[in-house]
Amino acid sequence: MRYSYYPGCTLYNKAKDFDDSARRSCQALGIELVELPHWYCCGAIYPQSQDHKIPLIAPFRVLAKAKNEGLDLVTLCSFCYHVLKRVNYAVNNDKEKLDLLNDFLNENYRGDQKVLHLLEVLRDDVGFDRLAQYQKKDLSKLKVAPYYGCYLLRPQREIGLDDQENPMILNHFLSSLGIEVIDSPHKVECCGSYLVLVNRDATLAAVRRIIEGVKRLGAEAIATSCPLCHYNLDKFQAELKKEGLEPIPVFYFTQLLALFLGLERISFTTNKVPVEPYLREKIGDGYSG
Amino acid sequence: MLKVKVWSPLRERILEISGEDLLSCYQCGRCSASCPFAPYMDLIPNMVMRSIQLGIEDVLKANSPWFCATCLTCKVRCPRGIKIPEVMEALREIRLREKYDYLNPLTIDQELLTECPPMGIVSGFNKYSK
Repeated sequence: MRYSYYPGCTLYNKAKDFDDSARRSCQALGIELVELPHWYCCGAIYPQSQDHKIPLIAPFRVLAKAKNEGLDLVTLCSFCYHVLKRVNYAVNNDKEKLDLLNDFLNENYRGDQKVLHLLEVLRDDVGFDRLAQYQKKDLSKLKVAPYYGCYLLRPQREIGLDDQENPMILNHFLSSLGIEVIDSPHKVECCGSYLVLVNRDATLAAVRRIIEGVKRLGAEAIATSCPLCHYNLDKFQAELKKEGLEPIPVFYFTQLLALFLGLERISFTTNKVPVEPYLREKIGDGYSG
Repeated sequence: MLKVKVWSPLRERILEISGEDLLSCYQCGRCSASCPFAPYMDLIPNMVMRSIQLGIEDVLKANSPWFCATCLTCKVRCPRGIKIPEVMEALREIRLREKYDYLNPLTIDQELLTECPPMGIVSGFNKYSK
């Protein structure tokens, strides 16, 4: 199994734990990720306005360059995945847009670069049911709430990864690692996203609702695929602690995969809520952090 | 029955930017019920839609579009298929294209700026400043 890999801006710095755990887990599973030789920021957010084409240029160029590599393109970050898939959808449904972008960039891209999220690769190409044969650590004592956020799912018509109101892919992934999955209605709720830059209260309220909600259902940790959700959910728990809400660790789903595969020295450098006491308690001596 | 057609330059402008004429909104309120940030808005999303239908220019002064995190929940739930986040973006764009900046980079908390993932900063500036 060989794929092109597009890390995007955040996986090279604030989410390097995500990148590192994903690359190493893939290696252990026999998935070869070949990083694109030249890649650019995708612009992070898909433009909502119709008359504004400039934000489409960067992601279009990423797709056009990826096409030259001849492999399916894998992403990890929810924002990158969202933007690349929607640009593909847009140019496939609007010939004028496709021609305009090709002319501007002097490319000849046809909108046919397949974009996959790593979760899709694990589900469809590896198979969740086949993960068990790679098991090195017992994670059955972990109680984890899957958290999808917005951009991995919505709008379903353009993204098509899973049901936009009741997605199950991350639930099934965690189950296949033997983890006790705590399903919650908060799994598709917005964490505040970029509002964190302008309004602390609104972001805190969104995070409070999610953390309170999943804890009430018995979750002891959260798993996500979005670095911005990870940041918001992790950071604001310090505030929630002052209100008497005990913090719970926030994981990237690949960190849990890396634990399951028995990889050593998995990094948790950006986590503000400490993860090690929880892992030691639940995995015991088997955990080598 | 008396029928009055409201001609509104604001609505035309929003249609031009967003591709959405929003005349089919029948005020069910599902967008507002779904919006995680409605409690912070001067006008909740269905009120924004109604104001634009009626051509009320004051909607441009509401804080509502600046509290939209483009989470797309309203859009995927709207029974009329109205592209509400696109309309919110059009309201932001009208102001931003007049050289208005909602967010001045110099006012961002230094700690936040150093630890926030770049995707958050890039997307925030896409929405709040041009």
